[in-house]
Amino acid sequence: MNVTELENACEVPAGACNPVEPFLRMERMPHIWCPGCGIGTTVNCFTRALLDSKANLDKVAVVSGIGCTGRVAGYANLDSFHTTHGRAIPFATGLKLANPELQVVVYSGDGDLFAIGGNHFIHAARRNMDLKVICVNNLTYAMTGGQTAPTTPGEVISATSPYGVFEPAFNLVALAEAAGASYVARWTTYHVNQLARSMKEALAKKGFCFIEVLSPCPTLYQRRNKMGDGLDAMKFYKQVSKVRNGAPTSECALTKAGEIVVGKFVDRDRPGYFDLLKGQMTASLGDRYAEPEILC
Amino acid sequence: MHADPHGVLTGVHFLDGDHACCEGTLAAGARFSAGYPITPSTEVVERFASRIPTVGGIFIQMEDELAASIAIQGAVWGGAKAFTVTSGPGFSLMMEHIGYAAMTETPCVFVNVQRGGPSTGLPTLPAQADMMQARWGSHGDYGIIALCPNSPQECFDLTVTAFNLAEEFRVPVMLMLDECVGHMTEKVVIPEAEKIEVMPRRYTKLPPAEFRLFRPAENDAPEMTRAGEGYRFHVTGLTHDERGYPSMNLETQDRLVRRLSTKLASLAGERALFDAADLDDAEVVVVSYGITSRVAQRALQLARQRGIRAGKFRIISAWPFPAEHIASLAGRVKALVVPELNLGQMVHEVARAASGKARVIPVSHAGGSVHDPAEILKAIEEAVR
Repeated sequence: MNVTELENACEVPAGACNPVEPFLRMERMPHIWCPGCGIGTTVNCFTRALLDSKANLDKVAVVSGIGCTGRVAGYANLDSFHTTHGRAIPFATGLKLANPELQVVVYSGDGDLFAIGGNHFIHAARRNMDLKVICVNNLTYAMTGGQTAPTTPGEVISATSPYGVFEPAFNLVALAEAAGASYVARWTTYHVNQLARSMKEALAKKGFCFIEVLSPCPTLYQRRNKMGDGLDAMKFYKQVSKVRNGAPTSECALTKAGEIVVGKFVDRDRPGYFDLLKGQMTASLGDRYAEPEILC
Repeated sequence: MHADPHGVLTGVHFLDGDHACCEGTLAAGARFSAGYPITPSTEVVERFASRIPTVGGIFIQMEDELAASIAIQGAVWGGAKAFTVTSGPGFSLMMEHIGYAAMTETPCVFVNVQRGGPSTGLPTLPAQADMMQARWGSHGDYGIIALCPNSPQECFDLTVTAFNLAEEFRVPVMLMLDECVGHMTEKVVIPEAEKIEVMPRRYTKLPPAEFRLFRPAENDAPEMTRAGEGYRFHVTGLTHDERGYPSMNLETQDRLVRRLSTKLASLAGERALFDAADLDDAEVVVVSYGITSRVAQRALQLARQRGIRAGKFRIISAWPFPAEHIASLAGRVKALVVPELNLGQMVHEVARAASGKARVIPVSHAGGSVHDPAEILKAIEEAVR
């Protein structure tokens, strides 16, 4: 069944116990995520976005790297790829170029996308490759036990920064904008409706789209930093988040306990990779240019 | 299935090995390549970048070799035949993704135009010192296929073979050129498309509900599908069951990892590719591959002129190693002479296969040029003394 035929996003399909069930590989449940972890919440928002956008799910592929968020690909009942650490974006680039009718969504964590995979992120954004990148940012390497990531804010205690992080952290939304992303937004797992809406917008938008989702890691990040549990994280997000659509991304850096600016920051039209490719080849080769026919 | 005439440059050409290799990829049906520039391999993708827009496909220059070596695998799962090209330092960077291709049984081709190493080494000069890396470079146990052309003609022919074997066995195939073969220019005959056999992807005919992406089929290799066809499949580099789902169970690990190697067993025996001559009366045999086989040819001529009964065994498929053939030779001759442009790599495999039944004499070389035929001749003479 293609569940996008359902009338509304909250409808429980026949034979299911939950509206999102048809989107998941139920035979793989229970998942590995901890109580209070926000990744499941983001997946829920993603399924709502797919439903609302009436996407043909047979044509949606999810590509993940390694880490807690890397496991999203394994639970999504879609064509899904759990690739190597940091390389979800170049894998997705090949997938999209070979088979452009696919809607290719990269779903991975902050360590995967911005430390080991940082180079690929900026280049895919530069090319305006038609990928939808969802980064679940829990501010740490959670799968390996809570080590410092390039996103971990200063003063935070982590497994590899036992005396506190002193390196400056990346401001992901500013990085994405500077590298050329067509769409940049940030939400937290408290903002489920806004997040789902943003995901739906990104699915409809051509080009490189980036959504950062701040998501709690109670087990490793919060416990070490005496920040409570998953519920405390929701209260924290509610308290410190400020919606500022269109805010300059340079003003959106994150700190340990300060304001979290959320919203849609960038929504612009830049020519996409395929448009540029075709334009250049047609200009240079004229009739000799052959449209890619790649499938074997 | 025959080659798609679109990509086939039928005719008699004067090409170097890198360019001939590029024509081989097009004849084999590759319509996607991702690369990163590195001497002495770049000409392969330079030609591809020039040819592919009129054939109908894509070349993308990626930001590094890690990206190139995984982008091709994304393209394969999207439905393409795809390859990447590199040399020593880039090959080192690609190792993780050779492991990923082996584990996920992604058919693809890695071309390595070998240069002197280690590290940056001798960028413009030949070596054959990545042979063990091609086999063992990624972590864990797995199997790959490696082919060693010794001429531009073979660069064309074996590139087609490499793609065909990749599809047949669902493995990454390494095409191990060296700087000399890559840059040597010779006559290359490209046949008509209908005379080029191309192995189609083994797409499943089963409906999604019955299909298991990693259930062994022909050659112990599974059938395939591609994204977007409604199969809703999952691919992971984690140890996985036949559905492709992660499984940390010892039995799954054992079954999967053993199959990744054993599915290639026929290539060590009846399916091995090699070129042999003068073996009937031979008392000494020179075992070589790639450019070194052409130097060895001169040494063999000189040896025969001097009345030494010397024979030739040129390895074409180096991995899986043609152990059965070497073992049988070892039972019949006094010695096996193994020249190679490294300090001793394939010679260890020869010795292992010979199992003490013949002397095994290495003729090593640190790389940077080919051997002097006199060095190989000296080893042949020593072998029969």
